[in-house]
Amino acid sequence: MTITTLSVLVQNNPGVLARIAGLFARRGYNIESLSVGPTEREDTSRMTIVAVTPDEATLEQITKQLNKLVEVIKITEMEKGKTVRREIVLVKIKADSTTRADILSLADTFRGKVVDVAADTVMVEVTGKYGKIQAFLEMVAPYGIAELVQSGSVALARGSKAITDKAKVS
Amino acid sequence: MVTTTVTGAQAMVKALEKLGVEVAFGIPGGTILPLYDPLFDSTVRHILVRHEQGAAHAAEGYATSTGRVGVCMATSGPGAANLVTGLSNAYMDSTPIVAITGQVGSSMIGTDAFQEADIRGMTFPITKHSFLITKAEDIVPAVVEAFHIAATGRPGPVLVDVAKDAFTSTTPWVWPVEMDLPGYKPTTKPHSRQVREAASMIAEAQQPVLFIGGGIQRSGAASEVAALIKTAPMPVVTTLMGRGSFPDSHPLNFGMPGMHGTVAAVGALQRADLIVSVGVRFDDRVTGAKDSFATKAKIIHCDIDPAEIGKNKAVDLPIVGDAKLMLSDLEHHLRETKLPEISNWVSYLTNLQTKYPTWAGDDTDNIIQPQEIIARIGELSPDDTIFVTGVGQHQMWSAHFLPHERPNQWLTSGGAGTMGFCVPATMGAKVGNPDKVVWGIDGDGCFQMTNQELVTCALNNIPVKIAIINNQVLGMVRQWQTLFYDQRYSNTELHTDRIPDFVKLAEAMGCVGLRATTPDEVDSVIEQALAINDKPVVVEIVVSKDAQVWPMVAAGMSNDDIKYARDMAPEWDEV
Repeated sequence: MTITTLSVLVQNNPGVLARIAGLFARRGYNIESLSVGPTEREDTSRMTIVAVTPDEATLEQITKQLNKLVEVIKITEMEKGKTVRREIVLVKIKADSTTRADILSLADTFRGKVVDVAADTVMVEVTGKYGKIQAFLEMVAPYGIAELVQSGSVALARGSKAITDKAKVS
Repeated sequence: MVTTTVTGAQAMVKALEKLGVEVAFGIPGGTILPLYDPLFDSTVRHILVRHEQGAAHAAEGYATSTGRVGVCMATSGPGAANLVTGLSNAYMDSTPIVAITGQVGSSMIGTDAFQEADIRGMTFPITKHSFLITKAEDIVPAVVEAFHIAATGRPGPVLVDVAKDAFTSTTPWVWPVEMDLPGYKPTTKPHSRQVREAASMIAEAQQPVLFIGGGIQRSGAASEVAALIKTAPMPVVTTLMGRGSFPDSHPLNFGMPGMHGTVAAVGALQRADLIVSVGVRFDDRVTGAKDSFATKAKIIHCDIDPAEIGKNKAVDLPIVGDAKLMLSDLEHHLRETKLPEISNWVSYLTNLQTKYPTWAGDDTDNIIQPQEIIARIGELSPDDTIFVTGVGQHQMWSAHFLPHERPNQWLTSGGAGTMGFCVPATMGAKVGNPDKVVWGIDGDGCFQMTNQELVTCALNNIPVKIAIINNQVLGMVRQWQTLFYDQRYSNTELHTDRIPDFVKLAEAMGCVGLRATTPDEVDSVIEQALAINDKPVVVEIVVSKDAQVWPMVAAGMSNDDIKYARDMAPEWDEV
């Protein structure tokens, strides 16, 4: 199994997410995460898809099938080592007067931010690569996690090139 | 400049006229009613069908036989849903059609309104692209883009779903319109280095085969195939969708490969050292068990759809591009290439072909052999006759025994295997080719699925000819029951020897009905049918329910295990 991050530039039309999600579902491709949002241009959206594939041929098919969608403008396979990848987690950790300080210190170590404090919980925001977030969650697990939500990956290539450089976005 | 204001419906009709649409097949209903009003005065001929599935298949028949985009229309909800089978068929067989559907008013979308169905969502997997239009000014650009997408690249069905209020509200008439398709750039020109490489692979091959399919028909590349084979003679096999792309009468054409292919065509692919495949997709019905398919061969695969290359079969040389351009470039390169002597290979296949001809039925007196009738229809009909089939045994016999000499005269439901395709597709083909004989060869099972379109034919002066090969059963399914389910004939008996009376049914629908039950009646009914040009004709030909299609590769088996008749395996090395 390989994990590949694909950056997909699409026309910002209603239904485009359904088309892409449907493609993955009906052809039996596995997605680890998918995130979508606006870009520097109003008429395009950008999706970051983390795909899990058993072999190179499947990954090639995913890319080719995505490219067949009329609303897909460009697909880039994000290169390991040349990509900045981020996820965000919001986690509500059980805390009382005896543990709160430890949790705050852990959050600080992971460059997390405390975004909400209640009588018996602390909500921390951590941004980073998948591994860093997992490490943080492991560290705070013993205190008790009341609730957590995690985003999919977003990714940009390092350097000055943009995905739109070679794609003709009229 | 004076700007005219039109309703969305008027804009759509004007756009269809500007695009040169001559005919549309459909049925009106609540949400699409606004479109039908200006259509009433239009130069676009609308043919009122009896079921929307018929509209979609008719559009396919029209498109395949004329090379133009076929158009079908339906109202929202059930009307649109009835198009689904036809859209899925067109998607599988890469047929350029545009389906226009009415949708409930934009403010009602998502409320489970009367006759609301999310037809766009329902058809995502079976359309090349689709539009949901909620504003009048978006109608014309969507229609223009729909026709462009349907017809270019790898052709396919495109759906334009239009909310009722988009039809009724007004917009300035703008023509021409610019297309906004930044993500749609089909590659048509093949890479010259790849084509050169293909030529040198051909120059090294001792046992090459040209393997061609439906892509040749869609690309209009039959004359390029002929030119290539003239320059570089090599064995040719044509898939079900590619029948007619290269003349069957040519000594290098070894016929159709696959589950019901000829021994020679199957043997050619299995034993080739190079397969030059163009406009094919290595369907499981062609390859049999994938791991034992053509194990000795290097594969060159040319297709306009990059996703087809490497999807089902790993390739040695991929070429993305239009079949016509690729074949003509390749032929050009091969003119200057010294080609090896392959006469041993050709005579090996010719011997296979002679020794194991396609099973033409038992030689039994007084029983009509379906293979024989189909061959007779071909022999007695003019050379430019268009043949259309349903799906099943009669389809496979037609693939083998009709004359396949020219492209785009053979319309069949390949990828989807849609029973019920024949009658409406025959209608569509006849509408597009009023001066040609158009024969539908159908089964008694298939015919009962969509025969109501004969009413449409009778009322609209569309004199099609339908031959029902009546074996009283769902023949292909029954054949599998005979071979693989201990002759337990679960639900395959149609009892069409009793009900319906096809002659009376034909007459009730305004057609001429004829019947042949013995071999000596066959020629007579075919000739009578050919003599009638002012009405649709239905010819019922009664055959044995035990007639079988051979050769056959059992599902999931290796092509090497082909049987040319029941339990009869060819001797590959002794020909």
